[in-house]
Amino acid sequence: MINIVWLVLLAIGIILSGVKCLGIEQTAAGLTMNPSFEPLQVLTTGLFDSARASVELAFGLIGIMALWLGLMKIAEESGLIRVFARAVRPVMIRLFPDVPPEHPAMGAMLMNISANMLGLGNAATPLGLKAMQELQKLNKIKDTATNAMATFLALNTSSVTLIPATVIGIRAAAGATSPAEIIGPVIVATGVSTTVAIIMTKTLQRLPRFRLPEVDESNGNGSEAGEEA
Amino acid sequence: MFQNLINAVSVLAIPIIVLVIPVWGYYKKVKVYEVFTDGAKEGFQVAIKIIPYLVAILVAIGAFRTSGALELLAKLLSPVTGLIGMPGELVPMAFMRPLSGSGALGIVSELVTTHGPSSMIGRMASVMEGSTETTFYVLAVYFGSVSIRNSRHALPAALTADLAGIIAAVLVCHLVF
Repeated sequence: MINIVWLVLLAIGIILSGVKCLGIEQTAAGLTMNPSFEPLQVLTTGLFDSARASVELAFGLIGIMALWLGLMKIAEESGLIRVFARAVRPVMIRLFPDVPPEHPAMGAMLMNISANMLGLGNAATPLGLKAMQELQKLNKIKDTATNAMATFLALNTSSVTLIPATVIGIRAAAGATSPAEIIGPVIVATGVSTTVAIIMTKTLQRLPRFRLPEVDESNGNGSEAGEEA
Repeated sequence: MFQNLINAVSVLAIPIIVLVIPVWGYYKKVKVYEVFTDGAKEGFQVAIKIIPYLVAILVAIGAFRTSGALELLAKLLSPVTGLIGMPGELVPMAFMRPLSGSGALGIVSELVTTHGPSSMIGRMASVMEGSTETTFYVLAVYFGSVSIRNSRHALPAALTADLAGIIAAVLVCHLVF
């Protein structure tokens, strides 16, 4: 699906910019045409800018990634994560039945979800990526998402939020008398989207279209193979 | 009071976490400095690994945005969105949200400033922003970091959840405010 979505975004963007070059406009005198290459020139600059911005974004992540991965490692080795993971174990086991309850992936996912709830966006991404690496160690087909990965991703994009810090900031800056009044509605809306995310992943993962291909267990492509990832 | 509490949590959470983890680690006899740097090392590789995925997704989204396709889509769909009580001004926001975090944030700021933070549009935009995520970016970065190419049902599930979140935001605002 990502292939077709990617192609459609790209194709619509370019074709529509091309159409805009014709400069067709509705005026009092009927349709007029003012052809110009400008929309396509803007598009071309935009393409290069986006490509450059992607790399800047990734580089900008390095420092924050390093900080959180370092802290995460301490939390892991000191057993702090295990304490947290044990507390919400019943929920995590139901959400991710394919992940062993004591696996580091559980701890990392839990940390990511907690960071999301508190609106700590800077921490959430590094912790989420750490969780993906741990989940990848359990993955038997390395280029295909597991059920746990898909559920985790959907949970993340549905944004389990308790404190939407950024929006509250924007509202305060705009002079709201009660910038935080939206917290209640946000929790309800996010609860709905998270519930839908869980139901959808659990339902879709069984459909023939999305089912995981069978793997031959005997070739030993088990968790040890995850080291290279 | 409640407002102050929320502010306090936002400001204090990070310093407290950054203090508590190493202190607890030291207490548990972990070589905190060495273990920290050991963990931090991975940061570089992960960031490098996601670059191709980020370039792919951000270039496509960039092309889509500069072409004005969003505005066109919003115009075409506004009769439908009106049925669930969603003002036309919010339609571009709903489409921008899963595509671009900074784009959506820009729209929210603009809506909150022009219509006022306590207007229905301002509130709905705020709730939408707070209760949804940049799905395509998260998908590209998370799966890219471990070189997953076949995302299976993740995208349809995530987009359905986004849609549910947007509809819920509109309905809840109508109920509460």
